[in-house]
Formats: sequence, C-alpha cells, structure tokens
Amino acid sequence: MDEKIQHILEILENDARTSPEEIATLTGMSAQEVSQTIAKLEETGVIRHYKTIVDWDLVGENYVYAVIELKVTLERNQGYQAIAERIFKFPEVRSVRLLSGNYDISLTVRGKSMKDVAFFVAEKIATLDQVQSTSTHFVLKTYKEDGVILHEPESIQRLPVSF
Amino acid sequence: MRPPCDPSKFVAEAVKSIPPSGIRRFFDLVSGLEDIISLGVGEPDFVTPWHIREMCIHSLEKGQTSYTSNYGLPELRDELTRTYYRRYGLDYNPASEILITTGVSEALDIAIRAVVNPGDEVIVVQPSYVAYVPSVILAGGKPVIVSTHRDDDFSLTAEALEPAITSKTKAIVLNFPNNPTGAIMQKEGMEDIADLVVENDLFVISDEVYECLTYEGTHVPFSSLEGMKDRTVMLNGFSKAYAMTGLRLGFAMGAPNIIHSMMMIHQYCMLCAPITAQVGAIEALRNGKTEMEKMVREYDRRRHFIVKGFNSIGLECCNPRGAFYAFPYIGDMGLSSSEFAERLLDEKKVVTIPGDVFGEAGEGFLRCAYAASLDDIRKAIERMGDFVDGLKQ
Repeated sequence: MDEKIQHILEILENDARTSPEEIATLTGMSAQEVSQTIAKLEETGVIRHYKTIVDWDLVGENYVYAVIELKVTLERNQGYQAIAERIFKFPEVRSVRLLSGNYDISLTVRGKSMKDVAFFVAEKIATLDQVQSTSTHFVLKTYKEDGVILHEPESIQRLPVSF
Repeated sequence: MRPPCDPSKFVAEAVKSIPPSGIRRFFDLVSGLEDIISLGVGEPDFVTPWHIREMCIHSLEKGQTSYTSNYGLPELRDELTRTYYRRYGLDYNPASEILITTGVSEALDIAIRAVVNPGDEVIVVQPSYVAYVPSVILAGGKPVIVSTHRDDDFSLTAEALEPAITSKTKAIVLNFPNNPTGAIMQKEGMEDIADLVVENDLFVISDEVYECLTYEGTHVPFSSLEGMKDRTVMLNGFSKAYAMTGLRLGFAMGAPNIIHSMMMIHQYCMLCAPITAQVGAIEALRNGKTEMEKMVREYDRRRHFIVKGFNSIGLECCNPRGAFYAFPYIGDMGLSSSEFAERLLDEKKVVTIPGDVFGEAGEGFLRCAYAASLDDIRKAIERMGDFVDGLKQ
C-alpha cells in the first residue's frame, strides 16, 4: 500500500472528522492532494462510510442489543447472498456476518426493549423460509466496540522532564 | 564522644568532576506547577503494546523470576541475531557477540569502561545525549567535543571530526538518529567517517537506540559499513521503538573480545538484565513489528505537524529525520536557550529542554519532544507563538 494512503486511512479511521488541511499538515502533503486522494478512496469504495460511535446509555436511550445465530438451508441456485440481503435490509439489523462453524449467519440486532428484539426475531427472521433455527443472545454489556474501548482511559504518569 | 565528620570528603574526585546537569534545576522548576504541557520528555507517550505486557505478566505468573545468563536469555540473543540479519544482513553470533543490558545506559557505561584507559581521549559528538561525557569522565578518560551544526543538518562531517583526532584518541561516540537534534547520517557521510576511523585506528561506540524511528531514508548501522563490524560496538534497546522505557532493556553487539570485556564488568555490577523485561523483548522482536510501525507512523505525523507549527510561529526548525525531537532555533530572540526555556515555562507553562544541556553546540536551540499527543503539541505551539510574539514587541 502507498505510504500516503496508509497515513490518510489511519488518520480517518481514528477520527473521521480530521479535515484535509489537518491531514495535509500531518503528512506533508498538500491539502488539494489529500482531498483528491480521499475522493478517489471514496469513489473506489475503500472508504465506505463515516460514522460516530455513540454511547446511547449515557443519554438515557437504553437500546437493547442481541446477537442472533442463524442456521439456514440454501435453496437451489441461491447462495448465502440472497438470505443475507433479505436480512440486512431491516434497519433493526446492525450487522450481518457469514461464519464458519456450527451455525451459518450471525446478526446483531438493536431494539428499544428485549420484547422488541424478541418479536422482531420471531416475526421477521425466524419466519423466513431459509431459516432453520435461531438462537438469540442478549448483550449485557459492551466493553469495546469497533476498536474503541468504552470507558475512561487510565492516565499514565510520566516524568515531565527526562532525556 | 567521637568527632562529627563532613561526609562530602569521601566523595571521589571523578564524581566531583562531572559537570552539573542543567536539567536538575529545571526539573525542580517544573515540579509543583499545574496545567503544564510538556515537550520535555525523552520517552514515548505510548504504553508498551499489550501483547508485550501480557507476555511479561504471563512469565511472572509462571514464576519466571530467576537470574538469567550474564549475557542474557539465549532466546533473546537468537532473536536479535535473526532480526539484525534480516534488517541489514549483519551477522552477530548470539553466543559471543551480543550482551543484554539494563537499558542502553548500562551498555554505554560498560562499553566505555571496557575500552578506555586512564588518559585516553574519547571524542563525543554534540549536541547529544547527556550521558556520554560523564561516562567517559567516570572511566578516567578525557572527553573531546566535536560539534555538529545546523548548516549540515546536524550530521557529522569528516572535516569537523579530523582536527579533533590526536595520538591519544581511542574511541568516538556516535548517536544517530540523534537526541536532541533528530539528525540522521547519510551513508556517504558515514563512509568518510569510517575512513578516518581506520586511518587513525579508532574504536566506535554507536548508540543507535532511535534506529527504528527513522522517517526519511533507511537507518544504516555504523557496523554495517565495510570493515566496521569489529571496530564498532552497537548499543541499542527496546525503550524507544517498543515504548518500554521503564522496563530497562538494552543490548550491545560487537566483536567477541569487546562483548566479553563488557560482560566482565556487567557480571559484577548488574549480573543480568531483569528477566521480565527480557521475556517482553523476545515477544517484541517476534511479534511487535506491526504495532511498532504503527507508533512510528504516528510519530511521523506529529513530526510534520510540529515542524510546520514551529516554522509558522517564526521559529526556524530544520527537518528532523529521526528520533522524536524537533530542535527549533531560538538564537535570534535575544535570550539564551536556558532563559528562553525558563521564561517559556514560567509565563506559558510549556516545558522544553534548553539545547545547551546537550552540549555547547546546542546553545540557541530548544529540544521539543513530539512524543506527546497532537492536542498537547497544538496547544504548546499556540502558547509558544504567543510567547514569541511577546518577545518581538
């Protein structure tokens, strides 16, 4: 990978709000070169999306999350893509993954309450023809989300002066 | 009743002859102040990568708390041999040409003691790390200073070195990438130095602890130059590259005679380096490349940021190609380095290190470590900009 692209992606993955001017300062590139590179990365789908990780608990929005394991049967001429597409179009579904092992697909679902999530799975997911079985695991606590640790960082005391 | 005594009379002359460190006083000024931003540190602001810490913890849980061989754990020396062969094609025998030490500080002390006879002259290139001159003095040698200059991007030239060499010169201490200037040496310039070393039959002590923090070009170990392996002891360690400062682990690589002589001292003053740190170092060499390179890229971004920042507030700053220090020029501000740094601390609560701490050649400069968060660097530059504006009025 081009070193400049690596710098840009690392900076944006860490903080998507970093402006092209700031990235230019950090990398020794011109702001124009940064903007053009980012535009190309967006166009080619290397950069998929910019988003914010929110701790909704802190504003009293107590979302309930669950990880759902699905076993599916595949229909003739249709791979996993078809069932995945049916599922990922529901806004309640936050992530969809095809896995190796005892079951096939893993979803993360978000709802306002446990009842909400349970009904969604029972009505929308379990009833799909290809779905053989579902197993729902409610999330009790999230410690780390997409590389971000969700609690106050420890501060390390260093000497203010050293050689 | 027995008479009282003045214990100061017991202090050895060699210790008394060590010049006072300007930094002690500075340290006292800093302690107790609130809301300071420090660009004064000489260590990474990262914590040791977790996989390394985890390996240290695991070794403690297993009860790995014994002495090791005086030379250090064989597995660690094997890893170092592999690492330096892979990086530079250097071939050091793990059984006889590598010594694991308690930080580079110890390696430096025993390397100098291993080669210096009383009265020998040792050339120290400055500005440079503060320990070289005292180490030479404590070994009974005579430090001879050679200065590097801003016009040469603080790299050492043969022209500057040659006049300092006398019949008494035994060794030369090099430190590239350099603390405090961030300078590196180009291979051609090093070849000229190597010629002088051979002509005058000198030994080279090369402190390369910032090796992995080279941002432009590639690091060239002095020992990798033709004919230099047996004339050089390379000192290096894990503190800077793997953010392991407090674990105190360094190493020396050189000819068997030299390494053995260093071990003769090491076995009595240190016995062995701490085993926990050695275990961590093995893990660092085996699996630490990805995280280390990530930290290096982060430093590189801060380097661009701080150099641009200094130039934008009117402090001329040449491009540091290695280590994690910027060395802006403040010599045209009407203050000495110490006055500048003290007033900056007093008035703006920004800690920097006056350049003359690293030798007279550092007068007129400030060492500013960018091993600090971008936010802190940004705030420090703002405050320094205000300070410089105030001086100009």
